[in-house]
Amino acid sequence: MKIIVCMKQVPAGTNVEIDPETGAMKRLSSATRTNPYDLFALETALLLKEKMGGTVTVLTMGPAQAESMMKDAYACGADEAVILSDRKFAGSDVLSTSYTLRQGIQVLGGADLIICGRQTTDGDTAQVGPALAEHMHIPHAAWVTRIEEVTEKDISVQQKLGDVTQVSRIPFPCLITVEKDMCVPRLPSWILKKKTADRKVRFLSFEDLPNQDLTRYGLNGSPTAVERMFPPEKAQKQVYLEGSTEEKTKELFDILVSRKII
Amino acid sequence: MDFLNFDAEACTLCGICVNVCPFGALKFEKNGIEVGESCRMCGLCVRKCPEKAIRFEQKANEVNKEEWRDFLIYAEQEQGKIHPVVFELIGEALKMAPKVGYHVNCVIAGGPGTAENAKDLLEYGVHKVFVYEHEELKWFRADCYTDVIADCIAAVKPSSVLIGGTELGRSLAPRLATRFHTGLTADCTKLDIKDNTDMIQIRPAFGGNIMAQITISRSRPQFATVRYRVMEKAKKVENPDGEIIRCKMTDDMVKSSIEILSAEVLEKKKSLEEEDIIVVAGRGAKNETGVALCRELADALGGQLAFTRPMVEDGFGDTAHQIGLSGRTVRPKLIITCGVSGAIQFTSCMNGSECIVAINNNPEAQIFNTAHYCIVDDLNQVVPKLTELVRNRKED
Ligand SMILES: Cc1cc2nc3c(=O)[nH]c(=O)nc-3n(C[C@H](O)[C@H](O)[C@H](O)COP(=O)(O)OP(=O)(O)OC[C@H]3O[C@@H](n4cnc5c(N)ncnc54)[C@H](O)[C@@H]3O)c2cc1C
Ligand SMILES: Cc1cc2nc3c(=O)[nH]c(=O)nc-3n(C[C@H](O)[C@H](O)[C@H](O)COP(=O)(O)OP(=O)(O)OC[C@H]3O[C@@H](n4cnc5c(N)ncnc54)[C@H](O)[C@@H]3O)c2cc1C
Repeated sequence: MKIIVCMKQVPAGTNVEIDPETGAMKRLSSATRTNPYDLFALETALLLKEKMGGTVTVLTMGPAQAESMMKDAYACGADEAVILSDRKFAGSDVLSTSYTLRQGIQVLGGADLIICGRQTTDGDTAQVGPALAEHMHIPHAAWVTRIEEVTEKDISVQQKLGDVTQVSRIPFPCLITVEKDMCVPRLPSWILKKKTADRKVRFLSFEDLPNQDLTRYGLNGSPTAVERMFPPEKAQKQVYLEGSTEEKTKELFDILVSRKII
Repeated sequence: MDFLNFDAEACTLCGICVNVCPFGALKFEKNGIEVGESCRMCGLCVRKCPEKAIRFEQKANEVNKEEWRDFLIYAEQEQGKIHPVVFELIGEALKMAPKVGYHVNCVIAGGPGTAENAKDLLEYGVHKVFVYEHEELKWFRADCYTDVIADCIAAVKPSSVLIGGTELGRSLAPRLATRFHTGLTADCTKLDIKDNTDMIQIRPAFGGNIMAQITISRSRPQFATVRYRVMEKAKKVENPDGEIIRCKMTDDMVKSSIEILSAEVLEKKKSLEEEDIIVVAGRGAKNETGVALCRELADALGGQLAFTRPMVEDGFGDTAHQIGLSGRTVRPKLIITCGVSGAIQFTSCMNGSECIVAINNNPEAQIFNTAHYCIVDDLNQVVPKLTELVRNRKED
């Protein structure tokens, strides 16, 4: 069984601020980490491999520094790691990100199962998985909370969709996006780390991809455009209640009653 | 960088762009300013450059916007009923539609009973409802649902498609947008429309620290998802005059490779999003005793108890009762936060509430920037007293 796990490197913190006067953003720190939700995708893949045999390939689109994330994936038990890296991919939104991943998967000869995390912590759209499945014309199940059964030709998964818990069987090739907490991600093993120290991470650039139409990649291939960014609005008028604890509580109660809120 | 172009003639090396870049991607080099790998194409430098020396090299890929008209709303059904987010989407679309002379239409797909449900939509002033009813559509399957809604979009050619940001909607929307090679803006908190029919879509990013305004100006339709309880619900109209259109179904359209083995409806409890009154226990509640005080207040008010993320991580509640970016968005009539500091990841998902009360013993706590009524005091004192007042009144 061949599994591909999509992972993304994200900024370590999300504490950006905007100067309300100038509209300029205060700089993000350059520290990065693996998107925490993707660790559940990797763990799910490794558990399936332990059960069914086969290989786990980790795939990312991003800058070359994602190599450190890939080394960690090796130390967790991944067999192959591939980075799609090219300046031509910069500025990608969901449509072109998922298209580029799709092209990369084609170079890798496809897969039985593709696993994505539920979302990232930076773009936070939770769209890349389903979009990738659509590019590949394969079925998908999002928000998977449990793997019920896996065979040579299909996988049965549990999903929570609103008030409905659904179990469905999907034939390979297919894609799933997994919820956090469906498993406990392992930590990189020291022994594996030493064993895989020499294993190379494979880099693919634009020239390596089957479709050489530049309008499908990066900024050119991205229909969404960020027009501007600004800080969130501040709250409206407010009242501080004064006096002893009794007085403050009573005043609040009276306000809530008179405003017909309670 | 191939897509960011510096005009060396016009550039005065003033350095404004280097300073505004949030990603530290711009650097002074021998031949002027250079763009590094960390550039995310946010375009801040392009707009801030006083000399207009920086340009996006964009390939125009214009569609004829005239060919794409009106709003189309995906009317999700949950347990045989229209999901309430749909009425909020209708409300939002009806605010934008008159500005560009558009109608608001809906598409609804599902098992038996769907056409009957479609009638409910007309009461809110919807122009046309396109109905796809078929036994095979009883449960959601991403592949055939995409085929069915795509059929409608291809026929109707809407300018904008709005989809609820539910689990189902967020599984469906990216497939549809991909199929039409167009953009999808996730979890918009504000929508408006320009004269040229481009939607102005505002959404939080970077954990809610920043709002981003996003447009989809080169392709159609424009897709957007909006989470439940973010927009105001539409009002019923006096004389609804919309029509229901039964769409032709082919067996191919409902063919799916996904086989549903079981589907279980969880006991219908009022979800946190539907709650009118919420009491939140933050880390200031500290332990079982503090949480119990908050729970008693919630019970006395007939509402629900919710938590901040650290409290859920400590096992006091489940994620369905976590408010915040990685939890739920709520806008109840009343929310009382007890021992909550007011981090942006929390407040951005409850600041639309009608009445916000904060109880925190630290006068500097950020939550007081969001709250309407501020009580600087120990929650262990205030909460039980308030509970008592509420209980006594109920007994009157
Ligand atoms: C402020 C801001 C707002 C944005 N808003 C939008 C928007 O509304 N619509 C839009 O189309 N784009 C938007 N983008 C761009 C979007 O963040 C990028 O397209 C990004 O490449 C993919 O989206 P995501 O981070 O949301 O991933 P998600 O869709 O949240 O990721 C889901 C899963 O897909 C996989 N995955 C995601 N990215 C990669 C990758 N690079 N390599 C390998 N696997 C990956 C991972 O398994 C991940 O867990 C925005 C960007 C910014 C900075
Ligand atoms: C990407 C990302 C996503 C996140 N998502 C979420 C999310 O979904 N939801 C969420 O809540 N957080 C989220 N967070 C975490 C968030 O940043 C805060 O850490 C969190 O909200 C703080 O929770 P708190 O207010 O309960 O705790 P604290 O920040 O520890 O605040 C406790 C407060 O209680 C007060 N207090 C203490 N004792 C008393 C007393 N006796 N009486 C009255 N007041 C008292 C203190 O003054 C303090 O203000 C997220 C963070 C990130 C980076």
